Amino acid sequence: MQRIGVFICHCGTNIAATVNVEKVTEALRKEPCVVFADNYQYMCSENGQQLIKNKIKEYNLTGIVVCACSPRMHEGTFRKTAEAAGLNPYMVEIANIREQCSWIHKDIDEATEKAVILGRTAIAKLTLNTPLTAGETGVTKRALVIGGGIAGIQCALDIADAGYEVDIVEKRPTIGGRMSQLDKTFPTLDCSACILTPKMVDCAQSEKIKLFTYSEVEEVKGFVGNFKVKIKKKARYVDETKCTGCGVCMANCPSKKGLNAFNMNLNTRPAIYIPFAQAIPNVAVIDPEQCIKLKTGKCGLCQMKCGVGAIDYTQKDEYVDREYGAIVVATGFKPIDLTNFNEYGYADNKDVITSLELERLMNAAGPTKGVLLRPSDNEHPKVITFIQCVGSRDVSGCGKPYCSKICCMYTAKHAMLIREKYPDTEVHVFYIDVRTPGKNYDEFYRRAVEQYGVDYIKGMVGKVYNENGKLMVQGSNLLDNTQVVIPSDLVVLATAIEPDPSVRDIASKLTISIDTNNFLTEAHAKLKPVECATAGVFLAGVCQGPKDVPETVSQASAAASKVIGLLAKDKLKGNPCVAHSDEMMCTGCSQCARVCPYGAITYEDKTFGRGANATVRRVAVVNPAVCQGCGACTVTCPSGAMDLHGFSSSQILKEIDFICKK
Amino acid sequence: MKICYYPGCTLKNQAKRLDDCARLSAEALGVTMEEIPEWQCCGGVYPMAKDEIATKLSSVRALDYAKHHGGTLLTLCSACHNVIKRVNNDMATEKSIRDKVNNYMRLDERYEGETKVIHYLEMLKDIVGFDNIKKAVKNPVNKKIGAYYGCLLLRPSNVMAFDNPENPTILEDFISAIGGTPVKYPFRNECCGAYVSLTNKSLTEQKSKKILESAAAVGAELVLTACPLCYYNLKKNGGDNVVYFTELLAKALGVTE
Repeated sequence: MQRIGVFICHCGTNIAATVNVEKVTEALRKEPCVVFADNYQYMCSENGQQLIKNKIKEYNLTGIVVCACSPRMHEGTFRKTAEAAGLNPYMVEIANIREQCSWIHKDIDEATEKAVILGRTAIAKLTLNTPLTAGETGVTKRALVIGGGIAGIQCALDIADAGYEVDIVEKRPTIGGRMSQLDKTFPTLDCSACILTPKMVDCAQSEKIKLFTYSEVEEVKGFVGNFKVKIKKKARYVDETKCTGCGVCMANCPSKKGLNAFNMNLNTRPAIYIPFAQAIPNVAVIDPEQCIKLKTGKCGLCQMKCGVGAIDYTQKDEYVDREYGAIVVATGFKPIDLTNFNEYGYADNKDVITSLELERLMNAAGPTKGVLLRPSDNEHPKVITFIQCVGSRDVSGCGKPYCSKICCMYTAKHAMLIREKYPDTEVHVFYIDVRTPGKNYDEFYRRAVEQYGVDYIKGMVGKVYNENGKLMVQGSNLLDNTQVVIPSDLVVLATAIEPDPSVRDIASKLTISIDTNNFLTEAHAKLKPVECATAGVFLAGVCQGPKDVPETVSQASAAASKVIGLLAKDKLKGNPCVAHSDEMMCTGCSQCARVCPYGAITYEDKTFGRGANATVRRVAVVNPAVCQGCGACTVTCPSGAMDLHGFSSSQILKEIDFICKK
Repeated sequence: MKICYYPGCTLKNQAKRLDDCARLSAEALGVTMEEIPEWQCCGGVYPMAKDEIATKLSSVRALDYAKHHGGTLLTLCSACHNVIKRVNNDMATEKSIRDKVNNYMRLDERYEGETKVIHYLEMLKDIVGFDNIKKAVKNPVNKKIGAYYGCLLLRPSNVMAFDNPENPTILEDFISAIGGTPVKYPFRNECCGAYVSLTNKSLTEQKSKKILESAAAVGAELVLTACPLCYYNLKKNGGDNVVYFTELLAKALGVTE
């Protein structure tokens, strides 16, 4: 017979305002096996934990039930508390009377009744608990970073600096990401390339960092400390080890009409190309959709001209298997598609451009060599109008409901740079609100207004139309309640950003949860901002939420420190709540192995009985180090041979009995 | 086929031509518009106040009648269409409005937004089909025509679900079907000034003239509208070339002079 203690938490008023904790305490005290029950204001506090420890010893408890918040929040805390008092940590059950009760109910009587039922159910389950001991697994001392933008680069450099190996997998032919496309960076106006390219070179030169560019994550298996990842290296048709990046192939390629994605499709590039001068690796790649040789079999000019024989039209996609202890996702963002925003005339007017396109137009390595010329006729625009919040903070359903966070600052930057370089240019900015929290950010915006005379207009734009070659920007000026029309030469749309579409595939491969806007969900919005619910997987950069370069770098370093903390361990405590098969009941039907997502189940032939009665049967065996305790096999097994430690079928049925009991 | 039809007050006097041509054309295209009995004013303007019920009742009466007579209610006036479609959406999605209206009206069976509200243009597009209109045309229009949408047909776009509010095409497709050449101009979906013409004539004049200038700049010989109020404002401010779309349809089909 167990001796159970029940501890009910008020969670301040979070629980106590809706649940009558005294009544719950009284009710649960009368349950079978319960020898102690009490409530306390904050059970997770030091005093609360001390109360639990004292009572475990005083009443010689064999198990405890804590009625408090979600087990995702504090199950770990209370297991440690129990362990410190000499109890097996798996003799702890949590009844979630906050998220599943007090937060979602208004009626005190109803909520109290439900809290009692939840507590009683947890007690019922605990009566069938047995002490469990976690096994240990090793840690592969290498990390994987998915995405080679500034987030991935910073993260990899920090991990490498701590002495661990790290691989970067980048789907584009070069690392650098969006930051490599930027001209200047706020609030100090450093040249983006000048601060980014040294970091890119450090990645290439680090002995600890291995780059897989033009590569994608194909398959992920395993678990924290022991991930097994298949990486697909897409065919470049160029031997990376031979190519010197001399560019002769590019100069000789006759197929020059490919859109230059690095320059936001504002100009063209040859079928064989190096994305930009500072690309890492500085190696050419052939676009198979565009290459005449690959499409028709005729041409081969680049191969003839290549001085080192690096061109290989027969190259195929390659697959590499690597093992990692931790994974960081840093897949970045893209500007949203503007097809839902016909009012700005983006599709119809060449001189309506996005802010990222403007970055390329202002960049010395861009299509205009850094001279600000408008795309339609290569003239200097004299009046430039910026429109902020294009698709951000949009509840109409056309755009995104969130604030993209970076647009106010980069628009101020653009406006300021244009006024600095071309003082005869008139610059207008339409805004809903100017949001510039951050160190030296508001000062930066005010410089644009006060020092550089940028005309900020509070109001939204309803229409951009072409009248006699001028782009007429019609909007509202909310401060003097008028409609304004500004004849402009160039219109720049501060386009909302969204996670790179590849993130959905990565999320499903790594079982990371994703929100309605495709941002990856961190384990806790405040206290675990770089961790995921999946152990061993961490987040950095815009894939988790909109952020600028400084914030991205901070998060990347935070993710790196989490990875380093993980890789520094030699052994990881496993999860003892894993599946096990009763070989006397197993029929060897293989159904469990088919549903196991982790490949944890194998079969072996086992001899039962002795002498003449001996029979050999095929039975399932679970590898506890690989099993993640998901329970898929237990519900699939037709003979009931599979069961889960800590969540056995009998325990779950008993919970159901107690929930249904009147 | 027969469809329940809600004409509205303006179509009985000021905009009689819009109505007459529509009926004749529909008949020629095999659709009989059955005017619902004892219809009442739609209210004229959709009431934005969430607790305003009385002005929604007449729309609901028409909707409820159509529910029991074929399930579809055809409208023609842009303003009536806007009001009735939005009230219908309220009845389907806003529980408090639905309950209050039903409590007040005491219908035999609760009305919960079941009727499908379609505008005459949607009838032409989805029931008759522009291709069939093209085949039925006897006198192609042969003119450059600027479609003027105004706002009521398009907005609020999530409720009206009529066309892309920023880049609509249905009237242009209609113009092509009757043998005209559609010309697009930037102000085709701007406001004409609407009821502001009662309180601020100069503002309406400014808005309406801008629309007409914008259409003229791309060479529109005619400006097409579906809305009696737009028609009024544009006519009043120099739009001698403004016509109802049904007038052109009837002419093209050869059912009027």
